[in-house]
Amino acid sequence: MANKHLIVDPITRIEGHLRVEAIIGEDNIIKDAYASSTMFRGIETILKGRDPRDAGLLAMRICGVCTGTHYQRSIEAVEDAFDVTIPKNARIVRNLIQGALYLHDHVVHFYHLHGLDWVDITSALKADPAKAEAESFNWHKTPYGTSKSELIQIQERLTKFVKQGRLGIFSNAYWGNKSYKLTPEQNLIATAHYLQALDLQRDAAKMMAIFGGKMPHPQSLVVGGVTCVQDIKNPARIALFKTLLKKFRHFIKTAYLPDLAMAGVKYVDEALDGTGGGLKNYMTYGDFRLDDNGFYKSALLFPSGVVLNGDLSKVHPFDQNKVAEDVTHAWYEGDKPLHPYDGETEPKYTGFEKKADGFSYIKPKEKYSWIKSPIYDDTRVEVGPLARMVVGVAAGDERITKYVTGFLGLLGDKLGLGKAAPASALFSTVGRTAARAIESELLADVMMEWVDELAANVANGDLSTWTEFDFDKVSKDAKGHGLAEAPRGGLGHWVKIKDGKIENYQAVVPSTWNAAPRDYKDRMGAYESSLIGTKVANPDQPLEILRTIHSFDPCIACAVHLVDTKGKELSSFKVNTSCSI
Amino acid sequence: MNVQIILKGNVMTDRRDALASMFSAKGAKVNTNRGDEYYDNLLIKINKRLDELEKTEVASKTSIEHVLEAEGLTRRDFMKWASAACAMLMLPPTFTPTVLRAAELMNRVPVIWLELQDCAGNSEAILRSDAPTIDELILDVLSLEFNETLMAAAGHEAEGHLEEAMHTFKDKYICVVEGAIPLSMDGMYGTIGAKAETFEEHLIRVAKDSAAVVAVGTCATFGGVPAAAPNPTGAVGVQDVVRGKPIINIPACPANPANITGTILHFVLTGQIPELDHLNRPKFAFGYRIHDNCERRAHFDAGEFVEEWGDEGAQNNFCLYKMGCKGPMTFNNCSIVRYNEAVNWPIGAGHGCIGCSEPQFWDKYATERPIADSRIKAPTGGVEKSVDEFGLGLLTAAGIGIGIHAVASIAAGKKEGDE
Repeated sequence: MANKHLIVDPITRIEGHLRVEAIIGEDNIIKDAYASSTMFRGIETILKGRDPRDAGLLAMRICGVCTGTHYQRSIEAVEDAFDVTIPKNARIVRNLIQGALYLHDHVVHFYHLHGLDWVDITSALKADPAKAEAESFNWHKTPYGTSKSELIQIQERLTKFVKQGRLGIFSNAYWGNKSYKLTPEQNLIATAHYLQALDLQRDAAKMMAIFGGKMPHPQSLVVGGVTCVQDIKNPARIALFKTLLKKFRHFIKTAYLPDLAMAGVKYVDEALDGTGGGLKNYMTYGDFRLDDNGFYKSALLFPSGVVLNGDLSKVHPFDQNKVAEDVTHAWYEGDKPLHPYDGETEPKYTGFEKKADGFSYIKPKEKYSWIKSPIYDDTRVEVGPLARMVVGVAAGDERITKYVTGFLGLLGDKLGLGKAAPASALFSTVGRTAARAIESELLADVMMEWVDELAANVANGDLSTWTEFDFDKVSKDAKGHGLAEAPRGGLGHWVKIKDGKIENYQAVVPSTWNAAPRDYKDRMGAYESSLIGTKVANPDQPLEILRTIHSFDPCIACAVHLVDTKGKELSSFKVNTSCSI
Repeated sequence: MNVQIILKGNVMTDRRDALASMFSAKGAKVNTNRGDEYYDNLLIKINKRLDELEKTEVASKTSIEHVLEAEGLTRRDFMKWASAACAMLMLPPTFTPTVLRAAELMNRVPVIWLELQDCAGNSEAILRSDAPTIDELILDVLSLEFNETLMAAAGHEAEGHLEEAMHTFKDKYICVVEGAIPLSMDGMYGTIGAKAETFEEHLIRVAKDSAAVVAVGTCATFGGVPAAAPNPTGAVGVQDVVRGKPIINIPACPANPANITGTILHFVLTGQIPELDHLNRPKFAFGYRIHDNCERRAHFDAGEFVEEWGDEGAQNNFCLYKMGCKGPMTFNNCSIVRYNEAVNWPIGAGHGCIGCSEPQFWDKYATERPIADSRIKAPTGGVEKSVDEFGLGLLTAAGIGIGIHAVASIAAGKKEGDE
């Protein structure tokens, strides 16, 4: 039997449009893989010529998921260009909106977008609710929402639904696949949390809306600070935020983390043998300023840095000058990697190859994606929660180390190892998913402190929310970058401003780093690399591919518009209009 | 130089006059009381429709009783929701039992949700909708057949499921579309599926056998973000691609989930699309001008404005017009329905409206300054030289737009009444 060539398109349960092609050998092991983004909007081109103060609103529409992150990064890029330092209230409010976004994103990602790769909902029907209740006590001393009566109700709902044969969005999944490893009782516990989390996530969105106006696409950030002075002034608003945060933190501690430990134990072999590990080079821009010393001068909750080859003994300092983008395998013109400030590309779409079987395949030797290939210091790297945790541990950050070793200890205990699980288990698909839960607990705890800090600052009479600047003066000739993290990894915006208008705009974001195609040296991107060597139980149901790709929390809407087009359409635009400088 | 300043002064005065007359116009009035005869007839029509619907094959057989029971909700909670929904659809309170019945029959109407050139913001928004909660939507009330963000299957499995749903529910399903459609370069800026079908082909194929197409969010309705100048991918909205099908536009960035649910509920109730304005937007949602229902309106009338972010005016909730609020040009019910279980809305958070439910708002309204001072990148030429004139031109256009809106509303009202 020859190799099998598999196309998975659309990859569902992600935001945006992604195709993965994999070559699977006779032994069902993935030999080669290609990730291709199939959608392009050209938002950077659209931003050119606009007033930099308005860029944040439009740049935010890059993605409806990391929405507030793009908004903030864009505004911070302009603030960096103008050398504006925002007031303390504004910094804390931005941290709180951003923190709530992380919590929301991580929980929704695990339960609603990724969980179904680990949890077989149909198997939950076979569970004994009494046994499932007992099982839940193995993972937490006061487990969340898994009493026998609650589980019976959930099972009844599911039973009716499955009996009717109409599973709606649950139908045609890979139910019953051999690589689902949880027991029916464990599946029932996770399914219960799936449904409970659907309800709870609305609270996290509400937290963002308290200071952001609405969610998705909040509207309270401006260059120089924030606008929600009324919501800061009003103690009831801060109290509501805290109440919602407490409730959500409770879920993270008594449902999310225990479920991760449960899955971690069941899927431990895959963690230990490094399935889905991929590049093992981790990079983070760093995030959450803890003081008011200004951008890139403040202490950070998540320190920036780079860890290479999974070597936790050494952290390389992050330097934005070493970021470059290559287009050898992306649908743009260009022959060498360029720094984002100078990024220049022309669309050069070469399409797919239609074969006799009626399907269209990518052309692996040529260009095959709308995503460029970002390179850091001429190395391919992975970004995301795992990178943040790995860099934190390697940098000796006390707080991060405490939470990471705490989880590894719990895992070791449940596995009966008599010691903590090895840190190397993190370099895997399971580890990537676990890092997200570890980070959620850390953030939920620290956010409680931030809410109190905000309340205390306002109580002391500081109502300042905006720093004044002379726009005409600072916007003559400036450039700046807003580099920090989104829930799914490093997200940066670079802006050049000339005579009050945007001259060039570039964004290099999480899914650009992770979902990128091969580069000029034919080195694989993070997704591609993580699939190699993975064994697929049933090539007709490529569950393992989905599991690994989903573990990155892909957000392709985010990765595709990052492109700076100078194609024919743009040229004709320049001829037809005189408003653009 | 002097001349220019005087000219600018005159333009400013004219602009204020124009604004004043616009704000006092009756254009935005929505007829919420059409008389007993109208509602009696409507009720007969609706009941007939629901009787027919009841006889049809269900898309998801779960009944609302089971939903309520499983959710720990009482019949009373459901009644409360129905009466709120009734008010939103501008029906008299006597329609509440009918709305209840329609909600019970919602499982007869399958929904296929397509994501095209989008950011998933509208899917995200509906994930956070409060009534009905999303798990009801998923499991019980609506039969959400195909949504790329939420569904468990992928690749060929997902495509197979789409084919099956389209076949089984031919001419019955509602096709909800999120995202714009790129037409440049033969549509190759967006492809989907193993056969690399373009978004345009994909949409036309799925819309063909639908009962109605609902365009959700400003990208699907008017092209939105990708269509902002210079529209690098030639992006357009659904109404520029789909022909021969009823199309409902639910713009805003993202669309308010309440308006999406409301539209689907209306469809279940009447089997018809709701009364629309001249931009094909349901009047129950887009018949309101933000400015007319704004909590800060009194400050506008009193001439109390925020002059600078975070100033004393901002601390006292003054009007945001001078900070670029486009509430006077924007039709949507944000100021009434709000967002995220009514916890807040942009103006509540101290930022002006950016007009996100209006066509081309990125090129007209989405700035932090009033139109005349916007320095916006407009789709047409010559803006640099005469920002004020351009601003005035736009304002006049908006004024005419409101006039057209009023006329179109009357026409639409008549049309429905005549049927």
